[in-house]
Amino acid sequence: MNIAKHWRQNGARYRLEGQRHRDGTLRFPAQSLQPGEAAADWQPEQLARQGEVFSFTVQRGGAAGFDDAPWTIIALVQTAAGPLVTAQLTDCAPDEVAIGLPVELVVRRIGTPVADGLLVYGYKFRPRLLM
Amino acid sequence: MQKVFIAGAGCTPVREHYERGLLDLALAALGDALDTIPASRVGALYVGNTLGDLGADQGQLGAYIADAAGMAGCEAVRVEAAGASGGAALRQGYLAVASGQHELVVVLGVEKVTDKLDAHLQTAQALGLHGEIEAAHGLTTTGAWALLMQRYLYEHGVAAEAFAPFAVNAHANAVANPNALYRFPISRAKWAGAAPVAAPLNMLDCPTLADGAAAVVLVSEALARRWEAPAVQILGSAAATTTVALAQRADLLALEAAARSGAQALAQAGLSRADIDVLELSDPHGITAVLALEALGYAERGAGTRLAAEIGRAGRLPLAIGGGMKARGDVGGAIGVYQIVELVQHLRSSEAQVALAQCLGGSGSTAVTHILSRA
Amino acid sequence: MRQPLRAVGITGYGVYVPRYRIAAREIARVWADSDGALPVTTKSVPGPDEDTITLAIEACHNALARAAVSPQDLAAVWVGSESHPYSVKPSGTIVAEAIGASRWISAADWEFACKAGTEAVSAGMGLVGSGMADYVLAVGADTAQGRPGDALEYTAAAAAAALIIGPAESALARIEATLSYVSDTPDFFRRADRPYPVHGQRFTGEPAYFAHISAASRQLLADLGRTAQDYTYAVFHQPNVKFPQTVAKQLGFTAAQCAPGLLAGEVGNSYSAAALLGLGATLDVAQPGDTIFVASYGSGAGSDAYSLVVTDAIVERRNRAPLTAAYLARQTLVDYALYAKWRGKIAV
Repeated sequence: MNIAKHWRQNGARYRLEGQRHRDGTLRFPAQSLQPGEAAADWQPEQLARQGEVFSFTVQRGGAAGFDDAPWTIIALVQTAAGPLVTAQLTDCAPDEVAIGLPVELVVRRIGTPVADGLLVYGYKFRPRLLM
Repeated sequence: MQKVFIAGAGCTPVREHYERGLLDLALAALGDALDTIPASRVGALYVGNTLGDLGADQGQLGAYIADAAGMAGCEAVRVEAAGASGGAALRQGYLAVASGQHELVVVLGVEKVTDKLDAHLQTAQALGLHGEIEAAHGLTTTGAWALLMQRYLYEHGVAAEAFAPFAVNAHANAVANPNALYRFPISRAKWAGAAPVAAPLNMLDCPTLADGAAAVVLVSEALARRWEAPAVQILGSAAATTTVALAQRADLLALEAAARSGAQALAQAGLSRADIDVLELSDPHGITAVLALEALGYAERGAGTRLAAEIGRAGRLPLAIGGGMKARGDVGGAIGVYQIVELVQHLRSSEAQVALAQCLGGSGSTAVTHILSRA
Repeated sequence: MRQPLRAVGITGYGVYVPRYRIAAREIARVWADSDGALPVTTKSVPGPDEDTITLAIEACHNALARAAVSPQDLAAVWVGSESHPYSVKPSGTIVAEAIGASRWISAADWEFACKAGTEAVSAGMGLVGSGMADYVLAVGADTAQGRPGDALEYTAAAAAAALIIGPAESALARIEATLSYVSDTPDFFRRADRPYPVHGQRFTGEPAYFAHISAASRQLLADLGRTAQDYTYAVFHQPNVKFPQTVAKQLGFTAAQCAPGLLAGEVGNSYSAAALLGLGATLDVAQPGDTIFVASYGSGAGSDAYSLVVTDAIVERRNRAPLTAAYLARQTLVDYALYAKWRGKIAV
């Protein structure tokens, strides 16, 4: 069971926090500085909460902790004027998803909770409530 | 740099080897490849393996296997680069001989997976993806290729059925390979009716993870000449990497590592892709083979599926002659070595002169390419 | 009645109702001999990845959007629920982190059966009304559990509602006064570490729900010198459809006054969210100058009553976030099998 690993990512997981360079580059999630990068050049910035499905798959079965549902929809979401984000689609049936579907950010539990385990919360996307 | 030759090659059948452990499989392949060469002559052992920890509960495979194989305390390490582990190990072996550091090394690819249940293996395989922003959200390696395929279908207006010939070809070729997991042909109709696994990938567009080991013996030119054995030369060897997470790639549908390692290996060999007589690629799914073929320049972007007519044994571009990952079986980190064993056998028994082998790690973030030629 | 030194009000409100519903007759199909009189038509069911915390987060985002208050300006994030995902570990800190609140806040969880949310509201009035803070985020959220086959199972639902309590001058509704009435009445309880509550059947009615709501409401009306006719709308805790209708009638409120805020027939009993959700739906339709009477109820037992006056700000602010109707419209019915799986009622 991981604990600190999830805590470290709270900004990205809960708020889609990435970082923007003074030259305008926006990346997600915030990354460790590469050799030669200056911390002062990067500021935290939240990605837009809206996006569109850029690609998707409906996974049957799944890895441990993700194998208790008949399917899981995972998408590459093109966030508005920002980076792609890989995330589950929730509140969405397989026949509702298509490339271009407008989606919005929600925070949900990720993975099946285990007894005595930390509950992991993080970003997912759902079809936009108000089209 | 000195020339490097392949003096021996061997493998176990790819199976659900419930009765055999990782060491059993490794020793069987080593025995097959070394044949009459005493294990004590091995200067170094490079083990390509990706699931040893979570799949076989064993680390430090170098020492673990070298000692059991009687390699007399030689240098031995595991090389890990997800599905490209075998190719990466081969490159380490190649560099060791080419540099003059060793005159004889063994490259082993081994994977033992069937002790574990499926969900656990999916987790283990997904270690080749980005842990925090891909696998942590439930994405599997198969799912990653499905994301690429879905986008490919959309951008290029290609139907999923256009990928069927790659699985059909793999199965057709496996019939003649006694080491293949699935030695039966499949039809396009059967492919089209297969149940979805990670849409748009279906059951017959996905490989089965299974157990197996393959090994090759690399020697210096001096040793190859002394032995006068029918040898295959490694003319080119190149590895490249690109961004691990799909979402962070500059160009999603370009396998940049595959393109770079392929171009470098060909350049080193002084050859062009037109010189290649036979190909082995990481081809767990049709989309993977198609993107690799496009990266290697065999087709324009979006046109890779049109090569389907040419990938048969008699075609211009024979692909997956041993059955590929789909029908020979997905042996994880051993794939890169199985490819070499199959190509060595092919080069020794056919008119083909030059072969290209490329294996990919994760969703294509590592690529290792080797060019082989009949010596 | 109680009134703060500094006048306070609701700066922003937000609701959330999960997408999924189960029909009461589907539950009756599994458990009852006949489908006779059912307490609700449908109830909301949280999706398999939802819990009180995730429900609360979305309601809070909606409240912040309406208030146009920076999350950094909140002084407290308080989450009332009887289904906090952790027994020990605050929901409040997770919600606060998720909405981007400052770390220099009070974050805490409240528990008082179905009035845990309004407890947080009243406390927020205290914090803002005393001048100690400008904005407090108070949430009622629940993913309530009913023992399979129990009468509660027909109604135990899921939803969240969040209010940002702030100074009256920038409020979309001023809170004129509040009053709480409590007694040790064990009509409904759940022991620590037990999955399902126990209730006293008809004992939950007259001596519990009706006695407490009536006491709090009558006293607040009397203190204000008002009657039911003085209000445009009224909202009462709604464990089913009949109870709030009955108590409203006893207090002199009409069905029309209660209609916009009576959602139990569709949503079920959303416990800590119920009264605040009804208030949210009422604010969705209210006009400047309208008055709203609200009384929550929590088993064990108590009631918090409030008197509100809607301001001009409501007109522009309510459209900054989805209206309750948008959540109610996107309903997907699930059968008992899927509901049982999602709610952890299948022993694996």
